[in-house]
Amino acid sequence: MKYKSQKVAYWFFALSMLLLVLQITYGFIMGFARIGFDNLHEFIPFNTARAVHTNLLVVWLLSGFMGAAYYIIPEESQRELVNVKLAYVQLISLALVGVAAVVGYHFNIWEGRKFLEIPRGLDYLVVVNVLLFLGLILLTLFKGKRQTTTSLVLSMGLLFAALLYLPGMLPFDSQVTDSFFRWWVVHLWVEGVWELIMGGILSFLLIKLTGVDREVIEKWLYVIVGLTFLSGVLGTGHHYYYIGVNKIWLIVGGIFSALEPLAFLAMALFAVNMYRKGEKKHPNKLALYWTLGAAIVSFVGAGLLGFAHTLPQTNLYTHGTLVTAMHGHLAFWGAYAMIVLAIISYALPNMTGRKLYESTRGRMAYWLSNIGMIGMTVAFGVAGVAQVYLERKFGMEFMQVQKEIEIHFVVLVLCASIFTTGIVLYIIDFYKHGTPTDEALELKE
Amino acid sequence: MLSKKQARAFFLGGTLVTFLIFIGLTVYSLSEGQDQSNEENLTAKVVRGKEIWESNNCMGCHTILGEGAYYAPELTKVVDRLNLKYDGNGEEVIKSILMSEGPWQPNGRKMVAYNMTEAEATDVVEFFKWIGKIDLNGFGEVVGVDRKISPLSKSNNNN
Repeated sequence: MKYKSQKVAYWFFALSMLLLVLQITYGFIMGFARIGFDNLHEFIPFNTARAVHTNLLVVWLLSGFMGAAYYIIPEESQRELVNVKLAYVQLISLALVGVAAVVGYHFNIWEGRKFLEIPRGLDYLVVVNVLLFLGLILLTLFKGKRQTTTSLVLSMGLLFAALLYLPGMLPFDSQVTDSFFRWWVVHLWVEGVWELIMGGILSFLLIKLTGVDREVIEKWLYVIVGLTFLSGVLGTGHHYYYIGVNKIWLIVGGIFSALEPLAFLAMALFAVNMYRKGEKKHPNKLALYWTLGAAIVSFVGAGLLGFAHTLPQTNLYTHGTLVTAMHGHLAFWGAYAMIVLAIISYALPNMTGRKLYESTRGRMAYWLSNIGMIGMTVAFGVAGVAQVYLERKFGMEFMQVQKEIEIHFVVLVLCASIFTTGIVLYIIDFYKHGTPTDEALELKE
Repeated sequence: MLSKKQARAFFLGGTLVTFLIFIGLTVYSLSEGQDQSNEENLTAKVVRGKEIWESNNCMGCHTILGEGAYYAPELTKVVDRLNLKYDGNGEEVIKSILMSEGPWQPNGRKMVAYNMTEAEATDVVEFFKWIGKIDLNGFGEVVGVDRKISPLSKSNNNN
């Protein structure tokens, strides 16, 4: 750690860990409900569990991204954060808005639009919170001694993510237009600007961990985010195939979303090549595992599994089935969860001064969570494909099909238990590092 | 070999061009002549139905237009489907589900008892009827009562 104010990142990471545990808990509630154990239905019906599960995912990832920015931006700009107190205010308000939203979901208070369930009143608070965050980050960046490509790409991603939240707040009477602009937020976040954030964090980690020249890494960063936008923006069309808009999206969405895996492939090749090229062997192997893992798993989860159902001919049958859940789980895990866990693994020893690089616990956390998540993806995939054939092709009734595929959710819950064991080990490791201290300043990395 | 400046130009240029095309296509596909959603039939009842649909987060279990969660049936063609199943009484069946006071467990999976008024339930049904008439580029046939069997499955097509 080079600047005292980087410590604020720790508390954002801690909030992330807490919300991740809650997210997993609600995932289990849904998994059990699907195999018939829905005893909590009175208090936490499925739609509540589902809204909490997906919203907590978004909030813990955002909290992780914010923590990453508070860690990376001072170091890249070579100056302290402009105002540390306001950063803590932002952290607490983020936590409060998140908690208020989640509590509200248990009392039927929500907007009921997939992924954007937060009620309108809280939406405005989210906007204020994010503006405060962006103000702190951008001021630090522009007052800093240098503006690196890595920090610019990261900040640009965060800025666009904030701007793109706005179309989701537009009111529409028609379900079709409502859905159309909802994807401006959801798709352009996860298959667009969030990848800038991911790219920025990845680039920072590769510079630190491999020792490859910054100029080389940042050049390829531009190429990768360029490929992302080139395919991802028009790739939004794959959400427009079957929601009641013009057929032109079948062609545009089909072609451009077929190109989307290329951006992820480029990212995976880039990360692995930089690792091979690097002469510096950084002792923090765990951070390296998570970094390379993020690049590779995102290619499989977001790239390949996305491609598996993105062509209009396939999507006609898979649209609105568990096949989407298969892709969603591995994509979010690889692209975003793993990169947040990577930056935490890298930053934590630097902020606390405890270099727990070689712990068996850390390695177990990595392998168990990944193996568990791959198992879960397979379970969702098998259930999803079975659902497509039985329901969409043979015309069986929805609930009959659900009974047929129930067994795959037993497998899902088992794999989720392995995954959770990994996450628990990760969090124990997080806890064992202790809290950040000024004594960790300027320690040689 | 590609320079950093060229790489940046590729990123900024590519983003700008694709974004402009995206905006253009959006304007085109939402323009009046391209409407596939029977927008002229979007009555006050349908809009109220949509508000009820959203304020109860029905998408948290069901899907509509293929979007939502995958815990409960797809509802795009629900009126047609229940009409077929209950001899033309589909609308009444939907209303009775929505107006149910007690815990409701259709087909073995619990649904929240919403205890809606008759007027509210009617609005939701109107919303479903409007949704059911949208031209979904073929998806309506896949989830509707007159299901189209996969074109790749020859034996089924011959039936």
